[in-house]
Amino acid sequence: MPHSISPESTPGEDSSQTVSQPNTLKAESPDVNMSDAPSPAVVPEIKEDTAKVNLEELFDDDDDDEEFPSSAPAIKSEVESSQPMPIQISSRSTYSDPEIMRAFYQRLFPFRPLFQWLNHSPQPSNDFAHREFAFTLPNDAYLRYQSFPTADLLRKQCIQLLPSRFEIGPVYSTNPRDRKTLRKASAFRPIAKELVFDIDMTDYDDIRTCCTGASICHKCWAFITMAIKVVDVALRDDFGFKHIMWVYSGRRGAHAWVCDKRAREMDDSKRRAIAGYLELLKGGDKGGKKVNVRRPLHPHLDRSLNILKDHFQTSILYEQDPWSSEKSAHLLQLLPDASLKAALQKKWDSAPSRPSHMKWADIDTAAKSGALSKSSKDLLEAKQDIVLEYTYPRLDAEVSKKLNHLLKSPFVVHPGTGRVCVPIDTRKVEEFDPLEVPTVTQLLTEIDEWQGEDTDKKLADWEKTSLKPYVDFFRGFVAGLLKDEKSGVKRERDDGAEAMEF
Amino acid sequence: MIRHDYSRVDPKRRANIDYKKRQFAKAEFQQQTYEHRLNYYGIPPTAEITLDEFETWAIDRLKVLSELEACSFRNRNPEETAEHMTGILAKYLPLRSNSSRSQNLQDERRKDHYSHFILRLAFSSTEDLRRRFARLETMLFRLRFRNDDLDERKRFVEGLKLDWEEVTEEEKREFKEEMAAASGARKGEVQEWFKVDWERVPELVEQRRVLLKRGMAFVPQREQMSLVVAEFTRRLDDALELTARALPRLDEDDRLAPILAHLSQSFATPDAAYSSSDANIDGLSAPTAASIDTLSQHFPLCMQNLHQALRRDSHLKHYGRLQYSLFLKGIGLSLEECLLFWRRSFKLITDEKFTKEYKYNIRHVYGDVGGDANRRGRGYTPYSCQKILTEPLPGPGQSHGCPYRTFAPDNLLAMLQNTGVNDRDLLKTVREDVGKQRYHVACNRVFDWAHKKEIKKVKDDGSWSAADLDTIVHPNTYFKRGWLLKHLGDGNAGLVGGGDKMEE
Repeated sequence: MPHSISPESTPGEDSSQTVSQPNTLKAESPDVNMSDAPSPAVVPEIKEDTAKVNLEELFDDDDDDEEFPSSAPAIKSEVESSQPMPIQISSRSTYSDPEIMRAFYQRLFPFRPLFQWLNHSPQPSNDFAHREFAFTLPNDAYLRYQSFPTADLLRKQCIQLLPSRFEIGPVYSTNPRDRKTLRKASAFRPIAKELVFDIDMTDYDDIRTCCTGASICHKCWAFITMAIKVVDVALRDDFGFKHIMWVYSGRRGAHAWVCDKRAREMDDSKRRAIAGYLELLKGGDKGGKKVNVRRPLHPHLDRSLNILKDHFQTSILYEQDPWSSEKSAHLLQLLPDASLKAALQKKWDSAPSRPSHMKWADIDTAAKSGALSKSSKDLLEAKQDIVLEYTYPRLDAEVSKKLNHLLKSPFVVHPGTGRVCVPIDTRKVEEFDPLEVPTVTQLLTEIDEWQGEDTDKKLADWEKTSLKPYVDFFRGFVAGLLKDEKSGVKRERDDGAEAMEF
Repeated sequence: MIRHDYSRVDPKRRANIDYKKRQFAKAEFQQQTYEHRLNYYGIPPTAEITLDEFETWAIDRLKVLSELEACSFRNRNPEETAEHMTGILAKYLPLRSNSSRSQNLQDERRKDHYSHFILRLAFSSTEDLRRRFARLETMLFRLRFRNDDLDERKRFVEGLKLDWEEVTEEEKREFKEEMAAASGARKGEVQEWFKVDWERVPELVEQRRVLLKRGMAFVPQREQMSLVVAEFTRRLDDALELTARALPRLDEDDRLAPILAHLSQSFATPDAAYSSSDANIDGLSAPTAASIDTLSQHFPLCMQNLHQALRRDSHLKHYGRLQYSLFLKGIGLSLEECLLFWRRSFKLITDEKFTKEYKYNIRHVYGDVGGDANRRGRGYTPYSCQKILTEPLPGPGQSHGCPYRTFAPDNLLAMLQNTGVNDRDLLKTVREDVGKQRYHVACNRVFDWAHKKEIKKVKDDGSWSAADLDTIVHPNTYFKRGWLLKHLGDGNAGLVGGGDKMEE
């Protein structure tokens, strides 16, 4: 990206309206660099923030500028013009470079399936047109209340604005773009959105020993795997939802989108009820014991405990090793029995390096050897509580409770890691590896390196990359959802027809 | 399904007068008879009452509702509330059961019915009033439902014709264990169950007190209250909405309107409101970012906790920041100083990150940015104890909320000792209070202990009235009163700069 480091170059007039790929500029003389600054290539809604960003946009948006007043065919020509041009990815380029983002939105992002997913039918409807999108622009401005009648217009806007990511909000009662023209504010209100969940590794920081903050490894991804398993089965078996899509959040967490009609139309109180049903761990850092549940365990907790038991053995005791050396104090604190505690304390003080799984086993050994003063049932319950505290999903519940909460769209690029927010197949959730998720730069390289087999069929760009299985999965998911929507509509119509006969 | 339409008068019966005579005919309404003590208030009253009755009945009901609201502010649990309300209900709005064979049975029920509808008229005008009215009416209904005679309650519920499915024998056998575990029933207890869509019982779902299978909730008979109450609220909400819409077209002379307006005004006692006068503390010159550390010794425990967490981690999570910023705003810290305070406190992050991720929020709290309503209202008002106590509990890594509620008792006592509360008896009573969920009682107790010398003094010399020493229900009041008490000696408080006195 030669031009991005030359913000001091003075703008002057230039005739070049032809080249859109900046890497070709490199070979040319400096006066190409001083290209068409006065041209109004920047979309009017954005304030020009820094000279650097501004300049980049001026350079790149030539063809956008041309097609700005017109419609779809222009996009097509743009795609074709960019097709033969290899995108060079240097080690210096960051994931949110305008060229990379442009290529990503032009060639890889699955706008069509996304449209169908939110539209619930092939014909454009208000489900999509009244849906709020919010863009995070390259200059970090945040643009809310965007909406688009069709997938193509959304795509066009993405290519123009090159958002580093965008989020999806609720469907409103009127078009979000018209919200200020309404006479009454109450005519603009959210009416439907998928039920969403957000699980983030930061909530696990007090029990995570392998990494902290933003970094993750395979060991701590286990927490997310456990969470997905528990929440997914509860949503399906208990609430009867069918269309649940899990999406990798790009760095260290996962989102769930529950897309059933019944889920989309829930009001805040119902969302709160589900979040409350799934939420278990209460209390801040000083709250003491985080798990306080009734016995007998609620069937949901009982089932969760059965799922989590095995993970506790491997992922927690062996991999996380949460009670090594002095940290065993916390474990002791969670045990109910004073004499048992004393016995264990003595033992562990003399051998502080004992790993967690042995300490866990020590509890039973000590209890059997007579150090237990309370009933063994109390101990069992305390141990169950400990398992739950260390494994039970920690949801960011506020996200789920509100109908109008925005959540990052699937398939956008995480600006920090460059990884694409791909869906996770819950049937193979154990196999999902966040570190294997393709990054945007990697995908673009794959397109370039792709050697076509001798087929007549022209492949879309995403089909040439490792994004293919994820897009295929997404399409399958959307197809299933559409099928159910369609039969639902048909049934409603049939019911109506019957009623009309009287 | 639920039948909504019985509130409509049958059109055939309505039109049975000759149309020529209709304009002279006197409307004839049947005087309602009230079979049940409880009422879903589906049918509006139609008979005539005097203007005097109109007003007194409404005021009586209003008294009951405001007492109920006071109970919820004081965090009384249902039993305590019921106990407190018995006398008040008997005085203002008695409602006896059929079995009492009282003479006035019908009159009592009529008064209940009419007063409800009068208040409905008075409180349907704004969203706020509607919500508050619906909440209190629901509380009243719940209270009465609990106290109702079992047999009559059963008949009342049957009369409602709510649709719920019986659980079949087969299902009972299959899910027996699970249903028992979910409802927390004791062993051997024989129960009837019914099945509804889970959306009908969100409360029970939220607390995990029902078994869920594929979207159906298996509800034990004794949880039926929650269902009936939820249905009551739902219908009342709908009805209030309709009333609000009909209100402008109310065919009304000028006799009722003033009464209604007066009623709704007298109801508008705000929830332990923060008044801006709390920010003007005599003698405390405008606090600055640098003086917060010294001032923090006068903060209530919830804010001291946040302050300590902030100093310890150089960070606070969103709700902690919100609660603390609002409090600081309440003690008179200006936006500039507040931004400076947070900037300095978040030592570990860069200016850029601070500007990007935190600055906007703080400005929003002060009403410096945001929508029109937010700016005009100068941002949010500082949280009252009521608000803090009803917020969701803090999760891992969060420290907002009231420590008396969120801390495990041992941690709470340890923290109190750290702040210098070392009276053993006091700590013991605090533990008891907290056990009974009387969080603000505990907090006030600690306040009184910490300022006992000063309180005695102002009481003795009569410089403070009893109202000045009323129970504290707002963190900012706690600070203001605490600060004033500790600076009693400075007669010329207004003249001396706040900073000087901090160093005493």
